[in-house]
Amino acid sequence: MTIQDDIGPKLLAAGYVADDTLATALQLTLSLRRPLLLEGEAGVGKTETAKALAAALDTRLIRLQCYEGLDATATIYEWNYQKQLLAIRAREHDNVPADAIEKQIFSEDFLLRRPLLEAISQDKSPVLLIDEIDRADEEFEAYLLEILSDFQVTIPELGTIAASSRPYVILTSNGTRELSDALRRRCLYSYVEFPDHARELAILSARMPDLESRLANAIIGFVQQLRREDLEKKPGIAETLDWAAALSGLGVNNLGDDIDKITQTMICLLKTEPDLKSVTREVVSRLSGKAA
Amino acid sequence: MAAGTDRATNAPLTDRIIGFVDHLRANGFTVGTQESGRIAAYLAEHPLPQLPRIRLELKILLTGNRDEWLRFDELFEAYFVASGRERTHIRRTTSPHVKNPLRHAPVWREHLADTNAGSDAPQIESDHAGDVSGEATGRLIAAKQSVDRKTDLKHIVDPDEMRAAEDLALRLAKAMRYRLSRRHRAARHGRRIDLRRTIRRALPRGGEPIELFRRTTPDRPVHIIVFLDVSGSMKHYSRFFLQFVKGLVCSWMQSDAFVFHTRLIRVTDAVRDRNSARAMTRLALMAEGFGGGTKLGESIATFNRTYARRLTNSRTVAIILSDGYDTGSADELAAELARLKRHVRRLVWLNPLLGWQSYEPVTAAMQAARPYIDHFAAANSLESLAAIEPQLAQL
Repeated sequence: MTIQDDIGPKLLAAGYVADDTLATALQLTLSLRRPLLLEGEAGVGKTETAKALAAALDTRLIRLQCYEGLDATATIYEWNYQKQLLAIRAREHDNVPADAIEKQIFSEDFLLRRPLLEAISQDKSPVLLIDEIDRADEEFEAYLLEILSDFQVTIPELGTIAASSRPYVILTSNGTRELSDALRRRCLYSYVEFPDHARELAILSARMPDLESRLANAIIGFVQQLRREDLEKKPGIAETLDWAAALSGLGVNNLGDDIDKITQTMICLLKTEPDLKSVTREVVSRLSGKAA
Repeated sequence: MAAGTDRATNAPLTDRIIGFVDHLRANGFTVGTQESGRIAAYLAEHPLPQLPRIRLELKILLTGNRDEWLRFDELFEAYFVASGRERTHIRRTTSPHVKNPLRHAPVWREHLADTNAGSDAPQIESDHAGDVSGEATGRLIAAKQSVDRKTDLKHIVDPDEMRAAEDLALRLAKAMRYRLSRRHRAARHGRRIDLRRTIRRALPRGGEPIELFRRTTPDRPVHIIVFLDVSGSMKHYSRFFLQFVKGLVCSWMQSDAFVFHTRLIRVTDAVRDRNSARAMTRLALMAEGFGGGTKLGESIATFNRTYARRLTNSRTVAIILSDGYDTGSADELAAELARLKRHVRRLVWLNPLLGWQSYEPVTAAMQAARPYIDHFAAANSLESLAAIEPQLAQL
């Protein structure tokens, strides 16, 4: 029918293997034009989804990384103060009335566009990724609600700027804070799980086509088993890819061959000290035995 | 194809889906008429997909958090496959739409403010005879004295006084909460210069920024997580503490409440409920299945495993309201508190027994816990509850 029906293959062409749920969610986002809220543990590929969508639609990706204390000046717009000061100084001896200077320095030339304003003033609808929204404050959520519902920004000195294009919005959250119901209700929702064996294998072979298939299979088997252990931080897809690269760099062909070496490479998968301690040589040998 | 014909062919399905939205709502989902309208509009405009696809699309459209995401499939099946079967028994415990409120579960009757609290009072009185504190009986007779902030809460037995004390606890907590969350301070000596205002004011002076405006990052409210011990040994205190917790936890500030006994239960939603009779009913339903004894270590472990990553941040203060009489192992408690400590900024332990004259925190659990506690204080009177405020204000 339209672009929506072949988003899956297009994502695949962009090097991203989406499961049915995610593909459907993205298609709904495209056809309903509503923001999509992706939740899930760190490392399940939420941010990658937005990148892949931008690549699949062949459009710009505008990314807003959230952090505590994020405010309107960092996300919507800011005046270029240095330039304003210079402009005032340059006009000092021209005898220009003050209100003319004011008009000049509060014009679009002096406006610094931040990601949210940038996203609604493009020619072609971009993908707007609002990453880790749970890290931002609740006040920021309120701004965001206004922009997501009206797609316009009001600047006191300039007036209202309406969207020239409606961005496709993807929000991600690691669940460090509960989001407000108002925000949730405006979004489509999808909970992203760690990929299953087949999908993770597909991702690995899409990213590292040179890897021998038997080894790739064993790597995925190992990581899938490892995620079932009682860990503080489960390894994500990026960690799997790192580890696979490390193993192929070290010339490992079989996971069962050299347990000590494999144990040393656990630093690619496990990122906290207690986790590294709990996954001992014995655990590695048990897991690689199962995976092989 | 014309939208009109689609609308006609999809009409029975639309009805069915609106029924399904009602079904979800009855099961505690936050979906409204807006959502049903959107779905009807969506179905009218799009050709009908296959059933698994509809299920997936509805799931994405109608869920809003992980809990709903995980429950959706079950509810979908119940409605479209075995219609109405699930509806009668599942999820009634947390739904705010419980039609026939059940009476308080027996174990809770001792803890909760009930409208017919008069019948509870003599029981508390008789319990006092066996209590450690020698002066308890003397105070009991003087029950007519007015509630003041210094009175040990366990000495308050008159129903009117109890209500007054509960009211005071609630107001106290609300006042503390307000102070904590006051966001804006005068920024005369702020760290950064507010360039926008400075340049605006510089215009009439020929662009010379003579007056400098400053701004500062406001103090942010802390995030509070309260753990309330509702075991038998705490029963004289927990009803007041519950009011205190209710005042502290509110919908517009980040805060969470848990009660524990032998298990840990998250009661944030229930205590946020403005309708206090309904809130109590919900609490009572949640508390079903509680046994005797206290398993502090296990309860904290549940929190660490299930909630800690999601609910804590760099400004979290954990408050444990417990007397430290624990039937679990002290080693486990110490290990779990150590883990909890990594997630939260401060750990405050309020022990009602500490206000007693001859009490020494010598129980194995208290001994094990001491190294991890940042602030250990009494909480046997309303005044002592008020005294923890500085602990919450500074991080």
